Amino acid sequence: MLLKTLNLQKSFGKTHVLKGISLEVNEGEVIAIIGPSGSGKSTLLRCLTQLERVDKGTIEVDGIQMVGMNGEKAVYADNKILHEIILKVGLVFQNFNLFPNFSVIKNIIHAQVKVLGIEKSLAHKKAMELLEKMNLKEKATSYPCELSGGQQQRVAIARALALNPRILFFDEPTSALDPELTGEILKVIRSLAKEKMTMVIVTHEMAFARDVADRVIFMDDGVIVEEGTPEEVFGNTSNERTKEFLQRFNQN
Amino acid sequence: MTIDNVPLHLLIPDMLEASVEVIKIFFLTIIFSIPLGFIVALARRSRFRIISFPTRIYQLIFRGTPLMLQLFFFMYGPYYIFGFSFNRFTACILAFVINYAAYFGEIFRGGIAAIPKGQYEAAKVLGYTKLQTFLHIILPQVIKHVIPATGNELMTLVKDTSLAQVISVPELFRVATNAGTRYFSSIPIIIAAPFYLIMNSVVEVTFKMIEKKMDYYKN
Ligand SMILES: Nc1ncnc2c1ncn2[C@@H]1O[C@H](COP(=O)(O)OP(=O)(O)OP(=O)(O)O)[C@@H](O)[C@H]1O
Ligand SMILES: [Mg+2]
Repeated sequence: MLLKTLNLQKSFGKTHVLKGISLEVNEGEVIAIIGPSGSGKSTLLRCLTQLERVDKGTIEVDGIQMVGMNGEKAVYADNKILHEIILKVGLVFQNFNLFPNFSVIKNIIHAQVKVLGIEKSLAHKKAMELLEKMNLKEKATSYPCELSGGQQQRVAIARALALNPRILFFDEPTSALDPELTGEILKVIRSLAKEKMTMVIVTHEMAFARDVADRVIFMDDGVIVEEGTPEEVFGNTSNERTKEFLQRFNQN
Repeated sequence: MTIDNVPLHLLIPDMLEASVEVIKIFFLTIIFSIPLGFIVALARRSRFRIISFPTRIYQLIFRGTPLMLQLFFFMYGPYYIFGFSFNRFTACILAFVINYAAYFGEIFRGGIAAIPKGQYEAAKVLGYTKLQTFLHIILPQVIKHVIPATGNELMTLVKDTSLAQVISVPELFRVATNAGTRYFSSIPIIIAAPFYLIMNSVVEVTFKMIEKKMDYYKN
């Protein structure tokens, strides 16, 4: 098992956002997380990628304890272990967050060299391979501001992949894109799924979730309401909240 | 050659020499006040009020009182407080550096605040340390962001050097006014204008060049 969380809880001030999330992700699995706005999907990904701290619960990544419980309180591992763990995960943001001052290729090389200490020529080779895979080889020397949203997002995926993460998280990777550009991102994610890349994808693209995911998780109001194969969740769910969400979604 | 009884062949070399003094004040102020301004900006952003609040008060005082007064203060203040004095030039540089660091602090603070949170978050998840994030990712973007305002500030600095006359630093304006008194003429002061204008043209052109050089990407 690559990721295991138990009873994660997170509040912002008085707002209780995550109300006990237990989740397991196996090697090679693709998980889609769906749910209404404000249900805590982004917060969950941000807790798993160390951008937020949980209040309670445990997180284990690739067998290493990231957060444990000591009585009533969550206790984080020390910084060295947290750094080791962060290298095992990658995150693709809704709005890409490429480094605008770096060229496309440098966005992909830089962390390899500075963070992993990989030799520059090797990092360059790897970056070119990834760009080739993303069908962006000719954009290597461009700057992010010169690319379309879809191209920027593919660079962001390549940048994350360059560090060989064990799990890749996506937070609505297509929702900042024009509808005609979402296809190219979904295609990339599909091809990663074929290569058995472990991925957890928050998405509003129901057809895509149904098609690519091994398992679908429906979140509402800070809890996992239902979880199952795409057929179970989309096909004939017996859960009223899931039903209502999917119906409302189909109407839009 | 003389105009209005002013011997230009004597005045111009004096003014050139005085311009060197202006350039000295200009560069020394830059060298010290820009790094100091960065520290001020970071201090202002500190989570600890014990750091950010006094920094804000310092900025308020030095942006809120005349630079001329600050020059007097650094020239004569230490004697009354500590019983010693800096020499003229040191007092002058101290006043300029501390005054301009307060302004640069404000400019750089704005530049740092303009960098989206997503940049820090992306860097963090990629495993960059805080220092690496600041040096490689944040700082270059901040620099690009603050170039125009910094250029503006440095043009003001060139003109502000004329205030150093109040503590008798032999800079351009003092040499011009002294000559004006000596020859009963306003010609020396008028001649000073193109000197300032030329120096500021150099500043302006340099900053336009830097801006253009950094134009290869957009934030
Ligand atoms: N930094 C924060 N400070 C305070 N409240 C926050 C913060 N981040 C998120 N929240 C709150 O937490 C709740 C869950 O937000 P979250 O972004 O996780 O939802 P989401 O499921 O990703 O929604 P969406 O589909 O709109 O992206 C919301 O009520 C939001 O207002
Ligand atoms: Mg979200």
